[in-house]
Amino acid sequence: MESRLTRILLGTWVVLVLLFLFVPIAIIVLYAFNASNVQSWPISGFSLKWFPSTWHNDEVREALWLSIRAGVLATFLAVIFGTAAAFAVHRFRFVGREALSFIVVLPIALPGIITGMALNSFFVFWHIPLSYWTIVIGHTTFCIVIVYNNVLARLRQVPRSLSEASMDLGADSWSTFRRVTLPTISTALIAGALLAFALSFDEVIVTTFTAGAQNTLPLWIFGAIRLGQKLPEVNVIVLVVMAVTFIPVFLAYRVTQPGSAKS
Amino acid sequence: MTTGSKWMAALAGAAALIMPLGAFGAPASANYPAKIGDGEGQLNIVAWEGYAQDDWIKPFEKETGCQVHAKYAGSSDEMVALMRSGGGGEYDLVSASGDASLRLIYGGNVQPLDVKLIPAWNDFLPNLKSPPHNTLNGLHYGLSYEWGPNVLLWNTDKIKEAPKSWAAIYDAQYKGKVTVPDNPIQIADAALYLMKAEPKLGIKDPYELTQDQLAAAAALLKKQRPLIKKYWALASDEIELFKNGDAVIGAAWPYQTNTLKAAGVKVEDTIPEEGATGWADSWMLSAKSKHVNCAYKFMNYVSTPKVQAQQAIYFGETPANPKACDAMNAIEAGSCEKYHLNAPASYFDKIHFWKTPLPTCADGSRKCTSYSDWQRAWQQVKG
Amino acid sequence: MTAAEFGLDGRQGGALRRLSALFWRRPSLALVGLVVPPLAWLVLIYIAALGVLFIAAFWSVDPFTGEIDRTWTLANFEAVVSISTYRTIVFRTILIAAAVTLTDAILAFPVAYFMARIAGRRLRLVLITLVVLPLWSSYLARIYAWRLILAHDGALNWALRAIGLPSLSIGYSNWAMWIVFSYVWLPFMIMPVYAALERIPPSYFEASQDLGARGWRTLVKVVLPLAMPGLIAGSIFTFSLTLGDYITPVLVGGPGSDFIGNVVYSNVGVANNIPFAAAYATVPLVMMALYLWGARRLGAFEVM
Repeated sequence: MESRLTRILLGTWVVLVLLFLFVPIAIIVLYAFNASNVQSWPISGFSLKWFPSTWHNDEVREALWLSIRAGVLATFLAVIFGTAAAFAVHRFRFVGREALSFIVVLPIALPGIITGMALNSFFVFWHIPLSYWTIVIGHTTFCIVIVYNNVLARLRQVPRSLSEASMDLGADSWSTFRRVTLPTISTALIAGALLAFALSFDEVIVTTFTAGAQNTLPLWIFGAIRLGQKLPEVNVIVLVVMAVTFIPVFLAYRVTQPGSAKS
Repeated sequence: MTTGSKWMAALAGAAALIMPLGAFGAPASANYPAKIGDGEGQLNIVAWEGYAQDDWIKPFEKETGCQVHAKYAGSSDEMVALMRSGGGGEYDLVSASGDASLRLIYGGNVQPLDVKLIPAWNDFLPNLKSPPHNTLNGLHYGLSYEWGPNVLLWNTDKIKEAPKSWAAIYDAQYKGKVTVPDNPIQIADAALYLMKAEPKLGIKDPYELTQDQLAAAAALLKKQRPLIKKYWALASDEIELFKNGDAVIGAAWPYQTNTLKAAGVKVEDTIPEEGATGWADSWMLSAKSKHVNCAYKFMNYVSTPKVQAQQAIYFGETPANPKACDAMNAIEAGSCEKYHLNAPASYFDKIHFWKTPLPTCADGSRKCTSYSDWQRAWQQVKG
Repeated sequence: MTAAEFGLDGRQGGALRRLSALFWRRPSLALVGLVVPPLAWLVLIYIAALGVLFIAAFWSVDPFTGEIDRTWTLANFEAVVSISTYRTIVFRTILIAAAVTLTDAILAFPVAYFMARIAGRRLRLVLITLVVLPLWSSYLARIYAWRLILAHDGALNWALRAIGLPSLSIGYSNWAMWIVFSYVWLPFMIMPVYAALERIPPSYFEASQDLGARGWRTLVKVVLPLAMPGLIAGSIFTFSLTLGDYITPVLVGGPGSDFIGNVVYSNVGVANNIPFAAAYATVPLVMMALYLWGARRLGAFEVM
């Protein structure tokens, strides 16, 4: 086991890194209450006026709803494709296996602007008007790798012998999948799906090229930042989204942790 | 033909289809609607930041039932890209400045407008009824909206003596405290300064530069680079730079001046003695617009004196419709005069309005540099 | 294989069960069923689009008409290589991406180690949630918040002055970009490293110590090799995400902070220059291909 000193040093490091992660977020929270719409340090005055104005902002509502719908569908598709690709690469040796594992990683390994440009030209070529669906297609494309990575990492850690043992004990392949394979990858699936949704929910660059006249939340935020008139509203919406997601994210990770109560 | 080369040919063919076809010439004939019919319930616009504020968009939506979806763009380049995105049918209207409007016309991205359907057009400033940046061969591809100068902005706490010349932003005493727009068209600002400062270069129009003149402007901007704190890309960049002490002088829109003053920062702006570059924006209708009636309703609405005045005061610019004068004064006393709407001719002449640099000069010779050249030169200035 | 695998005993999942059994008996069918949907999606949509885009890199733009000239030329690539600004931008992008990756690895490893080995279950949960929570706040808003921290009269200098230190001038500079990039991509490094460490059985540590290895030796000989897949997976994220960003340079960069993405974006904006944008975009494409190839050579993919 680690010595006491090591533990204290590591603990301190963790606290410092968490501070690094949360100082900007503290600023976002603080400036949601800014009386002025121009940020300066220290804060010039406090006001609650941005909360009702954000609530009544139709653009924000539309953008938030679009982001949720796009994120959910893209995550769902990414879970299906990513899991399938991970199983294929893990279980089988086939021609093009290397190519598949490379292609899956490509949309995230290539700069977002290339992915965006490429997808945009694809939609133009097929005369597909930019819409909710093109946003979903774009997000799915780069979310597949997230699920794929998570599931594949887990599959590689599970001894193949486990499922073979299950089959030898007389379980059929479906039961084996459901009772042995699925539980072993389920936590990776949840973690992957969460990360994929988070990525989709916050994506700007690819979305710039795949969204039409509609704004996702990040695109609305970018617009608001450019102009600077509604900056505190950006902070308000970020604060609200974080507050709302904290509990579900916490619970999701709780069930995915080994050693926690599992059925 | 081998399979491989067939595949390549197919790809090349596919690529050929998706590429913007560039300048295939503006459509020669117009296909005007006979009258403005019922709204389609929706209108998608590409606009400058601050051009679709609730103050005047909400009443429009209520009145016409056309829900406005606005996409903001920070530069003319972005506007052009957005109007061409997805094959061009995504957006109905764009508030294009002069450096974008010709590119959109020549690119076939916008369609001619029937000004007869927009009665307020008759009241417009004579210079803005059929200006060369939105009217071609007698066809109105754009409806003038608002115009204004790019001003010299400075912090009066840090700079006591009011600068009178653009020389101030090239002055080494403000090292690390200068900000100018991150935009190739900024080369025109340098060229404008060089028109007076170095007459032997023979620059007559800051948007028509020969290779040598472009090189001279780029050299001036390269010399300026060590003085720059940041090339601002968003209006909020410059606002924060001034607010938080990172910059004390720079080139700005009056919008930044207004916002900074409202936030209590001590700033002033001016049009220096060399004059200024500026913008003259037009609403332009997409060639593939799906909401033509809403678009015409919108153009009618924003041409009315009240909206023209609201827009002008909000952004700090001047309306195309001089009847907006009273409405402006009603919102902010003296603002009509402040933005020179009552005596616009001399003011108008001080401003060199943005236009797209074309390789063909006004005299027809092909000595001038294209916008692509400018863009590459600007990239090299920034490094 | 026993008859039980046909399992038509009325329990739930009948159709899936039959499909699963079919796949088990006919692995090639299973393979096709698994490979075709994701491969079709990626190849038909993504790879085809990429191919089309990069053919354009060999075209050019006629300066007078603005029309795309479809004769094959290497002029765009020559410009990328011969104009020093474009080379500088490539080097800057790579350098900062590499610095960010290294910084994040150093920041993340002890955190991941603490989470995997020291923290109790409850604390570990809290830490995981805290690490991923920033991903749920807007990336744009977080970058924007850094402007206020790093500005001339910002929070950092305010704090430095309060404790009697001279103020820094790192707002709107490459230093700011290094800090902000390291900040935004840090969770993408912590999570894979944690995942890798979490999977090391405690017995490995005990075995190493039983064999007389001291703390450092255990770390270097046992933990680091096993954490490597996580570090490399994380580095693919941090490196490529930094490489492809053009918004952070716009928001927190200074003069001379443009990235490859900024050049590509501004050339797309002028629309006619898509050939040059495509040519310049091949630089990060080749770079990431090499990076992935290197990661594979190191065996990272097999243990990832």
